[in-house]
Amino acid sequence: MSKNREIPPRWMSWILELYCSKDLLEDLQGDLHEYYTRNLKKSQFKADLIYFLDVIKFCRLYTIRKPKILGQMTSFNLLSNYFKTSARSLARNKLFSSINIFGLAISMSIGILMITYISELLSFDTFHEKGDRIYRVHSTYQSISSSEPSNFASTSVFVGKKLKEEYAGFEKVLLMRRNFRADLNKGENTIAVRGHYASVEFFDVFTFNLISGNPSTALSEPNSIVLTETSAKKLFKEQDALGQIVTSGEDSYTITGIIEDLPKNSHIQFEALMSFVTLENRFAGSETTTFFDWRSIWMNYVYLLLPEGQDPALINNHLKKIAEAENLKTDRYQIHHRVESLANLVPGEELSNNIGPSMTWKGIYQLVFLTLFVIVSACFNYTNLSIARSLRRAKEVGVRKVVGAGRTQILTQFVFEAIIVALISVTISYGLFVLIKPFFMEIVIDGNDLITMDFQWIHVLYFIAFAMCIGILAGILPSIVLARLKAISVFRDASSVKLMKGLSLRKILIVLQFTTSIFLIIGSTIAYRQYKFALNFDMGFTTENVLNVSLQGNHSKLLMTEIEKLPEVSKISRSGMIPNTGEIWSEEIKYKDPMDSADVFVNFIDKNYFSTHEFTFLAGGSFPYDQEEGDAKFVVVDELLLKRFNIQDPHSAIGEIITVDRRLEDAKLEIVGVVKEFQYTKIHRESEPVALIQGTPDDYMHLNLIVQSNDMVAFMDKLEDIWSEVDRVHPFEARFYDELIQEAYDDQATLFKIFGFLAFLAISIASMGLLGMAVFTTETRQKEISVRKVLGASKQNLMLILSKGFITMLIISAAIAMPLSYLFFTEMVMVDFVNRITIGPVELLSGVLIVFTIGILTIGWQTGKAAMTNPADMLRDE
Amino acid sequence: MKGTNLGEFEEIVLLTIASLMAEAYSVNIVDEIASVTGRKTKLGVVHAVLNRLEKKGLITSELGEPTKERGGRRKRFFQISHAGKVALMKAKEQRDRLWSNIPELVFQGIR
Repeated sequence: MSKNREIPPRWMSWILELYCSKDLLEDLQGDLHEYYTRNLKKSQFKADLIYFLDVIKFCRLYTIRKPKILGQMTSFNLLSNYFKTSARSLARNKLFSSINIFGLAISMSIGILMITYISELLSFDTFHEKGDRIYRVHSTYQSISSSEPSNFASTSVFVGKKLKEEYAGFEKVLLMRRNFRADLNKGENTIAVRGHYASVEFFDVFTFNLISGNPSTALSEPNSIVLTETSAKKLFKEQDALGQIVTSGEDSYTITGIIEDLPKNSHIQFEALMSFVTLENRFAGSETTTFFDWRSIWMNYVYLLLPEGQDPALINNHLKKIAEAENLKTDRYQIHHRVESLANLVPGEELSNNIGPSMTWKGIYQLVFLTLFVIVSACFNYTNLSIARSLRRAKEVGVRKVVGAGRTQILTQFVFEAIIVALISVTISYGLFVLIKPFFMEIVIDGNDLITMDFQWIHVLYFIAFAMCIGILAGILPSIVLARLKAISVFRDASSVKLMKGLSLRKILIVLQFTTSIFLIIGSTIAYRQYKFALNFDMGFTTENVLNVSLQGNHSKLLMTEIEKLPEVSKISRSGMIPNTGEIWSEEIKYKDPMDSADVFVNFIDKNYFSTHEFTFLAGGSFPYDQEEGDAKFVVVDELLLKRFNIQDPHSAIGEIITVDRRLEDAKLEIVGVVKEFQYTKIHRESEPVALIQGTPDDYMHLNLIVQSNDMVAFMDKLEDIWSEVDRVHPFEARFYDELIQEAYDDQATLFKIFGFLAFLAISIASMGLLGMAVFTTETRQKEISVRKVLGASKQNLMLILSKGFITMLIISAAIAMPLSYLFFTEMVMVDFVNRITIGPVELLSGVLIVFTIGILTIGWQTGKAAMTNPADMLRDE
Repeated sequence: MKGTNLGEFEEIVLLTIASLMAEAYSVNIVDEIASVTGRKTKLGVVHAVLNRLEKKGLITSELGEPTKERGGRRKRFFQISHAGKVALMKAKEQRDRLWSNIPELVFQGIR
């Protein structure tokens, strides 16, 4: 060491500080220092050494600081005091408390939503006793024509059989196939069931409770069927269903088991299970079937039950060997397999052809990210507002410190207060959560009825833990600021206390928050306008009072004659599909040139279709008659089809023959009418040629009724009566055309709702941040305001001075948000929309206007309050 | 109670504090013991004894003004309490009584 130090090394005294109790530390350190100075005369090294040894030696029972926990015991008594002060301070500033509480509650409701959702997702498939040993074979299909391989949850029967026959390393191989559908009939009753095919191992692998029947043989015989309790009850009422024979069309099945209704958190859902042997027998005789092929990976599932402690890598090796051998046989595609454990199915990776519901981790991460963003944003505001308000609490802290409170105690107190606020918030947010739950279920889970989001008692624990975390997160910063306050400076001059650094960072954050708000409000306005625009779009035909009844495979004539008798029905027609609802049918159509074919949208309709929907004819008219038997003869086309085949005059098109391919196998159809261009697809697509082909009974899927009725409920009942006479299996389905269109544009309504909701969140969070800033500014500038007032400044003047900074911030936000959202919506979201609203100043200014109103109200309220205070109150102490 | 009697070193420390009057703080005490008795004592030992005496209520302490040689830290000054004085007197009395019981001839030839 080149230069002599006069003081002992810092780290040595730091050790002392580490263990030594507070009341002994100072003089002990002093003593050692004194000795150190003495020893320095000998040598630096010796002094250091002795000092170090002393530090070590002084580590004795009586010098050691008592563990924190003991100290906290006394402050446990203080908790009641903290609670009291917190309650008082919350009650004193009712407005601010409620803003804080509500602000947190809004964001926490999203957090609660996430907790409920994710805890439910994680509970999927946890009820299987051997769950940790169940694996599923997944497939990857790489065709030479595509660059990206696709991943499938399904696999081939081939792989399952191969594993079973030639490989070892598992206890059971379960084969399944999806899409078993049947209309089961027993005497008077018929029910439609959906389910899967499953091999006999089903009940060995999975833990589903069989109420009656033998689990080891239930699925062993062909034509054996296992029903769920509910479907069995529907079919047999109170009778015992086991062993009964039911028919479905030509087939008859034996009921070999009744299974308890499935838990909702199962990734496999069914109403009936058919034995897999049934399928195998059906396909075994056929020469042409691809059922047993290596490449039939689209419909089948293979589940494996591994022995205890078995490494799935072994199975992957088997699968690799199988794939290598089989992939050699073709050069058009490559298929690979691997196993995935049951726990990783739902939620899992993104796969096609899932057997049941699927939730991907990716989606969950996105939701979690959004949630965290909202929560952190709200916590930031709490922090912001609390720091701004903490000047009010400075004196309290000063008194506490004088009386002997330590830094940790002050810290504990304010964190405790934040936790109380968070706990109050969490109860409110549960209310909000109940409000937004259906909304969330509709949009995010999208009709997946397996997710219930029901309350469970364990959630209470999660919510409390969550509230504590939020309390700590939001409260820690203001608490640190308050704990750092020096008693002496608080009493000397409270206004000199520097509360905040990084003011510009906070300004940037607030500008950011407001930009987001404006952007989201503009977004929701645009989405709403586009939605309304789509609904009111002139489609070229009328949908008013049109009620579409789904035929569901029934013969149209019978129903039609019955329905026609109803006085409320003025007109009736039949059609294949319903235009402008997203459904598309197309055929290949040729005119004179056999080499020139065009893909044309089609619909199959009867002659009344044009009058029920009020189409405008440019030439000709509807079909002369309906074809109840045999092939179609006539067609009505729209003007775009004429353009496509270069027919100039609509009138000259009448009587021309076009050829319709594919489904109708080169049918020659005579054009009997030309209609004006109309909307076949949804409106954001370009209009394309349409051919309205004369339908035959097999083509019709819907009846279109024109209904005039004052009592719709009674009318619907009458319709349903007629329906149940004809079809007892399928429930009656009828929708008004306008409703169907509304549904078709649901995605836009959803977009509008999401944007609206996010905008609401963003603006509440942003205005709270702004409020925090406004409060801070007015409180710190209180004296300046008073002096100005004394010197004669008017109220308006003062408000202007105080608000200037904020207004600038708002203007900056608007300046960023308007062009940004304009570009985002015109260049990214609606770029492919053919028919769309023009985004003008009205849409853009809407967001700015709303945000400005809220912002200015917030600022005005604070500045107004500040400008009204009596200067005498403020300056009295000077 | 065992604590009513003073240990030998405790007694010395107490006596030193009493003799140093207002200047009694740990380093000074160590020095004084060394110079009067010639015993080289360690600070740690003295510190522990001071702590024990204070717990017994025989001495009281208060912090003085910070000084530069101590790195700006304050000294802890000790004062003998009433109980301390009583304890010292008692110890002295006990010894005096014992001394007075010893016949003169025991120490003959030593002086």
